[in-house]
Amino acid sequence: MTRYVTFLWQCVRLSFVGGWRYHLWMTVLTLLALLGLHAYCDQLVHGLITTGMSDQVSWGLYIANFTYLVGLAAAAAMLVIPVYIYRNMHLHDVVIFGELLAVAVIIMCLLFVTVDLGRPDRVLHLFRRFNFPISMLTWDVIALNGYLLLNLHICGYLLYCAYLRRPPSKAFYIPFVFIAIVWAVSIHTVTAFLYVGLGGRPFWNSAIIAPRFLASAFAAGPAFIILTLQIVRRYTNHQVSDEALLTLRRIVQVAMLINIFLLGCELFTEFYADSAHIASARYLYFGLHGYSSLVPWIWTAVGMNLLALAILILPASRGLGVLNLACVLSIIGIWVEKGMGLIVPAFVPTPLGEIVEYAPTLHEIFICIGIWAFGLLLYTIFVRISVPVLAGDISYAALYGESTTPGNSADFKESIHVS
Amino acid sequence: MTDSPRRSDLQGVPSAGPQLTRRGFLRKSAAGAAGTAALVAAVSPLRQLDTDDLPSIERFFQKHYKEMTPEDKAAVLERVAREVEARHDVDVKIDDPQPLQGVEYVYGLSISRCIGCRRCVHACVKENNQSRSPEIQYIRVLKMPKGTIDVEKAEHHYDPPTVPDHASFYMPVQCHQCKNPPCVKVCPVEATWQEPDGITVIDYDWCIGCRYCEAACPYWARRFNFAEPNLPTEELNPNMAYLSNRPRRKGVMEKCTFCLHRVREGRMPACVEVCPTGSRKFGNVLDPNSEVGYILRHKRIFVLKQEVGTLPRFFYYFDERGGRFHDPVTQNPREGGT
Repeated sequence: MTRYVTFLWQCVRLSFVGGWRYHLWMTVLTLLALLGLHAYCDQLVHGLITTGMSDQVSWGLYIANFTYLVGLAAAAAMLVIPVYIYRNMHLHDVVIFGELLAVAVIIMCLLFVTVDLGRPDRVLHLFRRFNFPISMLTWDVIALNGYLLLNLHICGYLLYCAYLRRPPSKAFYIPFVFIAIVWAVSIHTVTAFLYVGLGGRPFWNSAIIAPRFLASAFAAGPAFIILTLQIVRRYTNHQVSDEALLTLRRIVQVAMLINIFLLGCELFTEFYADSAHIASARYLYFGLHGYSSLVPWIWTAVGMNLLALAILILPASRGLGVLNLACVLSIIGIWVEKGMGLIVPAFVPTPLGEIVEYAPTLHEIFICIGIWAFGLLLYTIFVRISVPVLAGDISYAALYGESTTPGNSADFKESIHVS
Repeated sequence: MTDSPRRSDLQGVPSAGPQLTRRGFLRKSAAGAAGTAALVAAVSPLRQLDTDDLPSIERFFQKHYKEMTPEDKAAVLERVAREVEARHDVDVKIDDPQPLQGVEYVYGLSISRCIGCRRCVHACVKENNQSRSPEIQYIRVLKMPKGTIDVEKAEHHYDPPTVPDHASFYMPVQCHQCKNPPCVKVCPVEATWQEPDGITVIDYDWCIGCRYCEAACPYWARRFNFAEPNLPTEELNPNMAYLSNRPRRKGVMEKCTFCLHRVREGRMPACVEVCPTGSRKFGNVLDPNSEVGYILRHKRIFVLKQEVGTLPRFFYYFDERGGRFHDPVTQNPREGGT
């Protein structure tokens, strides 16, 4: 118990220790998070009227970000699967960064849902009357929180064992790793079903949404991880091999290819059939009755995704600079496509045929920036803690001079290899 | 590479114990003070929070409507009345009328007779104590060109000096009180449900404001209180029921309840009562002598968006005789008469 408390204390302490770059970065993030908090307090006082949402377009930027981030969290599975199922050990040393990313991102998801609620003070009602299994939202609550707990357990356990320099017991985390893989797919599927299940919204009422979600998530997520790993290996002494990055590149490549293919399938079904139900799709891609605020966004997104795909297919993207460019394009392209391109157009036109356009307000944008900053803050702290702990620089024995269990950090590294 | 200065920035330096220097102490205190000040500044808008928004203990732990005992219910009704009176300084009566046995309400609307005057819309706002600014309306009257029932061709914000326009017909849409309601299905906390008489209601004290029901409704029949509702005291309707027209707070859903506080006492909904053309019919479909039953058996009817399978209790019908479109029309309506 005391050892665990010292571990937590070291986590807290480490998150405040670093060079001036670290402090500057953390200060900027904190200030942005506080800016978001300020905007949120304002929203709490005045209501969601401070956002650009209306009865016509009742979900906006918050739910769009939420949807995108669920995908990012699910992408942690894309690091775990090669290691634990295909025994591809290139990624072994970086899996934990994917899982930590999942933790930070799920917390962001929960924050986005919370800020979207009109009455956050009543969230407790979920514990007292839970419309399970009828409401897909209750499935999502279980899926997201379950995934958060799974990843917290896996990361926390591995880090704690590293801190004690004790080999982790396989029975204590391997089963959870496999559950988490299935669970990762489920969080994004359930989130897709949230929209797909609404018969009155033809734009969403399509079976392809869940597979498209997964394909785009498995492109954007590993792309994000590639970028963070580049930062990790530049600014810390954690070993990240080129092979690891190239394995991830292949994942992004294939996922992006499938994503674009599914997009093509969707566009064909919508526009070739040309039924009365494509009003939303037409609004999104070409504009409807003179309303076209989303058109530039979606074409930018499609263009970025296509460009990213082209770069990823070319051998040039084996160079890490070019790969980074492709990753940035994928991340932004998919963010726009999943955000503005999936959530908003389903509300335009309304079920009664009225066209009301949606544009986020500054308030809403500040809150989103605040949550992103907070998420990055968490992730930075997680990486900050895990690098020295995994490297064995910080351990109970080193700090408090007692040997806990026989073994050293080399043994520890050996022991978490699956063979 | 490993020992470049940049990398060492992030190396954890194990410290054996507190080694606080004077300068370090001052710097840490300054950082702490600045952080606290920034946090206080960030949450400062909370000072404007309405005291009504801060849930009291009894409001916070209030049970779901269906779990309340008669005593709980009496206490809650009393408290709600007290709160409304405190805000508006008038005597109000808040009841909780129960569904009547053997009654299933159904609503019929004559497409041939409606002249698009929107008196129903305003009577509804008044009767149900909706927010006036921003105004929340449960009924949306669509002006449709003749020859189509495609809502995408509808005009929502028509404003001519006189109605009706003979080139168009009017289709008012409100909650269809579906037998298979998607809004009820999706609510994560069961804040909305269907009563035995077919009316879908909301417990405004239970709604968490996720707006999933609003996204699910194919008739765009739910309204959300994006802002604090603004209801002038002189316009307050003091006859209220817990599940229908008592004043709502910001951040919750609301919707048409067929004026359950009226119909469960044998009166007609406000929109039916006010309609100058008799286009609106309301009644108990289980009663063989009811007008709605007669219409369903004898008239040509249609329901909106039948394909979504929600089984509405709201239908549209045509009048062969007596409809305004059978009255003599002096001009050819397609060539621009009003």
